Amino acid sequence: MGSTQSHQEIVRELLVTALDNPGAVASMTASELDLLMRVARRARVLGKLAALLREAGGLESLPETASDQLQSALVLAESRARLALWELDRISWALSDFKDGNCIAMKGCAYLLLDLPIARGRIFADVDLMLPEAALKDVEKLLNERGWRSQELTPYDQNYYRNWTHELPPVVHVEREVEIDLHHNILPRTARLKPDSHKLLKDAKRLSKGKYYVLANEDIVLHAMTHLMFNDDLADKLRDLVDIDGLLQYFTGKDDEFWEHVLTRAEELDLRRPTYYSLRYVRQLLGCTIPASVIDATDSWAPPAAIVWLMDRLVPRALFPPHPDYPSRLTEVSRLMLYVRSHWIRMPPWLLIYHLSYKLCMTRFRKK
Amino acid sequence: MGNSQKVSDLSPQVFESLLSGSGISLQIGPFIARVRVEVTSLIDPLYRFYHDHPLLADEIHSFHLRLQPKRAFPRLYRHRVRFTVDGRKPHEDMPAAQALPVFEWGLNLVIALRSHSFLMLHSAVLERNGQALLLPAMPGHGKTTLCAGLSHRGWRTFSDEFGLIRPGSLEMIPVPRPMALKNESIDIIRDFAPDAFIGPVTRNTRKGTVAHVKPTAESVARQNETAPVGMIVFPRWVKGASLTLQPISKAESFMLLATNAFNYELLAEAAFLTVRDLVNGADCYRLEYSGLDEATARLNELAEANRG
Repeated sequence: MGSTQSHQEIVRELLVTALDNPGAVASMTASELDLLMRVARRARVLGKLAALLREAGGLESLPETASDQLQSALVLAESRARLALWELDRISWALSDFKDGNCIAMKGCAYLLLDLPIARGRIFADVDLMLPEAALKDVEKLLNERGWRSQELTPYDQNYYRNWTHELPPVVHVEREVEIDLHHNILPRTARLKPDSHKLLKDAKRLSKGKYYVLANEDIVLHAMTHLMFNDDLADKLRDLVDIDGLLQYFTGKDDEFWEHVLTRAEELDLRRPTYYSLRYVRQLLGCTIPASVIDATDSWAPPAAIVWLMDRLVPRALFPPHPDYPSRLTEVSRLMLYVRSHWIRMPPWLLIYHLSYKLCMTRFRKK
Repeated sequence: MGNSQKVSDLSPQVFESLLSGSGISLQIGPFIARVRVEVTSLIDPLYRFYHDHPLLADEIHSFHLRLQPKRAFPRLYRHRVRFTVDGRKPHEDMPAAQALPVFEWGLNLVIALRSHSFLMLHSAVLERNGQALLLPAMPGHGKTTLCAGLSHRGWRTFSDEFGLIRPGSLEMIPVPRPMALKNESIDIIRDFAPDAFIGPVTRNTRKGTVAHVKPTAESVARQNETAPVGMIVFPRWVKGASLTLQPISKAESFMLLATNAFNYELLAEAAFLTVRDLVNGADCYRLEYSGLDEATARLNELAEANRG
């Protein structure tokens, strides 16, 4: 186990060093850079690293096989951003007659529209929008009338999406490839935690340009935290933790009372646990500075000590990519446990058993 | 990279132990591929095909490729091979009999997915008298056959598949690799260039019967030498057709070239400007042919006429 541990540590240190201090990349050895390119790609932060290096002026001076990969990741991220902005433009056109609610751009789209530093080089696939639940059907209908198609699903999956989750089945325009996810909340209906979507909608603010809204600053951060810690299996999701780190740095720099807003809001929205975990790991793994008063305040939101002990062992192994040349059984086990956890907290046990047994039968059946 | 070692400097035994052990680092044009192959049947073909390619040490690799044998459970005796890039498999395991095409197509795939620092044209590229000739075409239009033919009639091969160019530059970048001939083209090249090295024939692949031709030693030795584009010829093989070579307008050439690129939309404005400059700086033609002798002779005449 000793040697596996050290491979893991090498990967973590390389990624954290490069993201925290891109200037250090220039003095890395060829074999360090080689490994960095591989693990940064796997953790989906290659484009982010490229953007940081470009800003620091160190991209061109790297050996060509490294700068080519970084440049390529930037091109990819920028083209995806362009596609997303065009899709937002078209949706805005399609919904021009829609008056029954504000259309909130979420996650990657919000970061782009707000022109946040973390949007640079960040790759994302889907357009995520949030609307009042009562309006979703109308919005889906309007989009369907104007060239978008709802994904064809089995009756089981249709039912799953519409009754148990917090979103509709993805919608895609017939001539394009960008998936649109229409949400009415930030967690599934079945999840243990029940954030009040009315509060999120009420405090959303309109952007100075266009007709889109974004969540309040603290809600943007809480959504990112919740998404990572309570809606996901965390495998190779370092990018999402890096996002949280970047969001915290950006908003605390803009607003002296930002931390207070986050804490109050986490209580209001019933999101104490994901906030606790996110702050813990963003500090432990990425060295993000968090005021002692905030740490004290969130300590009471922790689960029992044994759970924290276990999570401390599982989370880093899942978030960071494994060393590509030394796959580790322990990492696989950690990821499996977190996968099970993500389902456990997303739905009650009876539903979980029903859902997983259905999925298992379907996989078996389809393989024949 | 003048003092670098080449695959041919290794004995077949050393090559095998390196390739199937920790792997080798091959320079293939602007890419450095880490290649590890544990499929025994593939070692000798790769030794021959990549004979002239430089071997590097301690490098930042463009990609780490691995091909391993896998036995499909429960059908224990159906051997398959698994292609992985950085530990991930982009497609299902494939029949072991197709190991060579699986490796070469895998390399094509990873280049196409990861090389957006280049504009990638779907084109054969060759050079003569310091000028590059682009042969952009759809699959099945005879691009590889024409490329293999020309490479044995005095042209230096850049690629039969990828026209690589950095946006903002007008220089084509060589990426010499084995060229995949399909079906009838295999015998055509055997007759046309008896001295060409053609590897093992693989039948029943998704593209029919496939065999690869080794790039010439000169093409590989000079793979760091770029060349500006002098001519763009859109070839099309048509059974029984008599040869026609017709100049076409810049506008038409632009549309043909832009729609043929792998990553035109990804690069957006940079791609538009590069294709515009390429087309403006080159003579553009459409070529229809059925005989390889005739077509290579005509393109040679054209290159000589262009020289003065």
